[in-house]
Amino acid sequence: MINLIIHILILLLVPPLLLGIINKTKAWFAGRKGVPYFQTYYDIIKLLRKGMVLSTTTTWIFVAAPIVTLISVLLAGILVPFGPFPSPISFAGDVILFAYLFGLARFFTTTAALDTGSAFEGMGSAREVTFACLTEPALFFAFLVLAKISGSFQLTRMLLGPEGGFTMVSAAPLVLIAVGVFIVLLAETCRIPVDDPNTHLELTMIHEVMVLDHSGPLLGVILYASSLKFLILGSLLLHIIFPIRPEFGLLNWPLFIIELFGLAIVVGIIESIMARLRMRNVSYLLIGAILFCGFGFILLVR
Amino acid sequence: MNATSIVLLATILIAMSGLPMLVFSKQTQQGQRYAVAILVVGCLTGLYGVTFAFDVSHSTKLIHSWTLPYGMFSVGIDAISRFFLFLIFTVPALIAIYGLGYWKQNEHIGNGRQLGLAFGLLVSSLALICIAQDGVLFLLAWEIMALAIFFLVTVEDEKPEVRRAGWVYLVTTHLATLCLFAMFALWRYATGSFAFDSAQGIPAYLANPIFILALLGFGAKAGLMPLHIWLPGAHANAPSHVSGMLSGVVLKIGIYGIVRMTGLLPIHEAWWGGSLLAIGSITAVCGIVYAIAQHDLKRMLAYSSIENVGIIFMGIGLAVYGRYLGHMDWVILGLAGALLHSWNHGLFKTLLFLNSGAIIHAAHTREMDKMGGLGKKMPHSMALFAIGALGICALPPLNGFASEWLVYIGLFRTLGLDGSLGYPALSVGAVALSLVGALAVAGFVKIFSVIYLGMPRVAGTERAKDPGLSMIIPMLMMAFGCIVIGLFSFLTFPLLNSAVGIWSGMPETHISISAFAPSLWISLIGLTLIISFGLAFILWNRFQSKNRIPRRGTWDCGYAAPTARMQYTGSSFGQSLVRFFRFLLWPRYKQPFIKALFPSKQSFSREVPDVILDRGFLPGFHYVQVKLRKLHIIQQGNTHLYILYIGFILLFLVVYGAKS
Repeated sequence: MINLIIHILILLLVPPLLLGIINKTKAWFAGRKGVPYFQTYYDIIKLLRKGMVLSTTTTWIFVAAPIVTLISVLLAGILVPFGPFPSPISFAGDVILFAYLFGLARFFTTTAALDTGSAFEGMGSAREVTFACLTEPALFFAFLVLAKISGSFQLTRMLLGPEGGFTMVSAAPLVLIAVGVFIVLLAETCRIPVDDPNTHLELTMIHEVMVLDHSGPLLGVILYASSLKFLILGSLLLHIIFPIRPEFGLLNWPLFIIELFGLAIVVGIIESIMARLRMRNVSYLLIGAILFCGFGFILLVR
Repeated sequence: MNATSIVLLATILIAMSGLPMLVFSKQTQQGQRYAVAILVVGCLTGLYGVTFAFDVSHSTKLIHSWTLPYGMFSVGIDAISRFFLFLIFTVPALIAIYGLGYWKQNEHIGNGRQLGLAFGLLVSSLALICIAQDGVLFLLAWEIMALAIFFLVTVEDEKPEVRRAGWVYLVTTHLATLCLFAMFALWRYATGSFAFDSAQGIPAYLANPIFILALLGFGAKAGLMPLHIWLPGAHANAPSHVSGMLSGVVLKIGIYGIVRMTGLLPIHEAWWGGSLLAIGSITAVCGIVYAIAQHDLKRMLAYSSIENVGIIFMGIGLAVYGRYLGHMDWVILGLAGALLHSWNHGLFKTLLFLNSGAIIHAAHTREMDKMGGLGKKMPHSMALFAIGALGICALPPLNGFASEWLVYIGLFRTLGLDGSLGYPALSVGAVALSLVGALAVAGFVKIFSVIYLGMPRVAGTERAKDPGLSMIIPMLMMAFGCIVIGLFSFLTFPLLNSAVGIWSGMPETHISISAFAPSLWISLIGLTLIISFGLAFILWNRFQSKNRIPRRGTWDCGYAAPTARMQYTGSSFGQSLVRFFRFLLWPRYKQPFIKALFPSKQSFSREVPDVILDRGFLPGFHYVQVKLRKLHIIQQGNTHLYILYIGFILLFLVVYGAKS
């Protein structure tokens, strides 16, 4: 019960902090002081209290999209385990639901972008659906590897490892899919080198450009949902990077949060030392992710 | 009366449903109303037959001998036919009601009767195919179906592209029927009769060709790549409700055929399941990639049907492989997923085709890039289309997810979980399915948004409005079906369990889908989703009443004079994917070559013709025609002469038969 409460609390409260850590890392690299760690919370609160402008072109889809995204991402967050603790809800085949909840969010985000009738937002949503066609196979190869290693296709079991402990055979595939899933994480959460969340040129963006017309509370919901997405995919990745966990009991919760902070710092470092890829080269990176995960699978079942 | 006689009665009733249209005047809709009423009554009778009157323990067969030299009149219902009969008795009835508003007899004086007659014949022949227990009867019904479809597709035969589509269809369907003739001939050789009795004793050297012929014959009807060539043209050029009928119900009869034959045949070799799974994956991926590249709304939907048929074949392939290796869980999940997806596709694809009819009425074109902003004028159609699109993208909480989820679980189980020895190569199918899922989202985001959202791209849709009740209500019922199956998919499990039982020969009590697929959880999460949407909707309404939300133009980065033509079109939306898959699509570009500083007016266009039809079959047929030109001596185009040929051949056969 206590684990359930902590799970929900982390899911609801921690995500914006991770964006703060990424930004702080980037600021440190640039020699700036940077915005406070809690800036994203302030932004979200500010946005929720602000007024809103809607475009004359839009329909109900435009309003529904942020809400559907938030709900489906939250549900995905209930399916994924944090640290060594099982997720609140777990059943055979939940891993597919997990992936398709993100699909539901994508359907609505991209239609809402096209709902505005703006060419820029159309570009963003075309890119989003195109890149998703490459991240999805990579993710499913990774799921197959995890399912084969753990002998189960419940997300909790898959990520916490087989009951009898890991065998040496699974080491190399895990390393390969860790790389692949990391690329998927960067793409799905719109970080450099796939997308630049801070750019101000609409032509080069993916996610940010899709929400150009959202304002006020709806924008706040979008910001919150995208930070949630980072937390959820991040915890998925952390399980692959650290498959074996020490028996610390409840102390594993702070450990898990520290791991998340570490991941945020790594993402921040990557954003600081890399430039965004040219749009046509992004697909090569994502094909790379498919290859990493695919080879992980072949290595495992050969 | 037992179930079989009731269904037979319904079949006869439906077959005759077009007759009132011949009696009443062409200028009024009266005849059409009676026709639809008879068809609906027939369908309800049939539904009564397969639900209340159906008794699993007494699956009665009706057998009569007839005067034909071969076969006999033998009909019966088992769990597999029952499953498909549900689809055949519900969706066409709704389509017929829709037709009252969409294809009014008094507005289509020249072809309304043709459509009405052929529609009834088509529905009844489909039902007869499902209950036929004898090869000859099956082929008779199959041929009635094939011809009825031809007359439905070519309703508007004054247009050249309709005639071309009808011609391609007629050739393909008869090539497919030829395969089925050969298949049943072999079947009789192997089993000694035309009856559909389980034939587990057939040796491999006979079972293999029977399987291949079934795959060719039924696969062409279902739209497997590369035998799908008739499908896009026929679907695009038929009236929209006929397209819905073709895609939603008729393609499923090909699925029925392959399920029926693989159920009867013994599975001697591993490659049966493997090739079904591989062909299914390729069909699904190629189908949806082609769909994304289309400009024509109905061609897009047609290619998406090919994709869904691919998914269904993946499930069947998994089941066949599972039966070969003796993995009951693969059999149950694969076949149940495939069958449920057949239902689901019948619902959401028909919904989308019917919706496309409403769109075409409003926009007067099938070109998606000339539409836009219809959602404001047709809010109900837009909401219904959104439900269909979410369903076909297999997104929770709708029905597409419920069925694909079963196939996914089956594919994951091939990894060999809980200690059993699996066959992990098959699980790559799950990756293919995920690619198909992501592509389907791309395709349906494209068509939904380009048609309904944004601003009108060309003038002429100002007076568009939602269609009347007779068109909205059938769509509403289908959308309702999508939601109910999506939320409560476990309700279909008893039907699926018994169908899997018949197919695999296992006692039904040993088969339980829910043992492998805890779909109560899916229902729970789906309900959570819907309830949260509802709560969010209430919150939004409260927010909206408290705050006045100003409406301004879309942010266009400060550009002073934006026009609707600047919007992203469907073609530009799909362009990056088309370029990515150019090795499959072979798109043709007409690009301007700009050399001077002030170039003159230029144009750019892209088209994606069907590679397999345009570069494979048509040149192939042309080559054969050129090479066989000498045979024109016997092909004079004179009907009397052809009848003479038939007479000679019959005489020869009689003499030859008497000798042996």
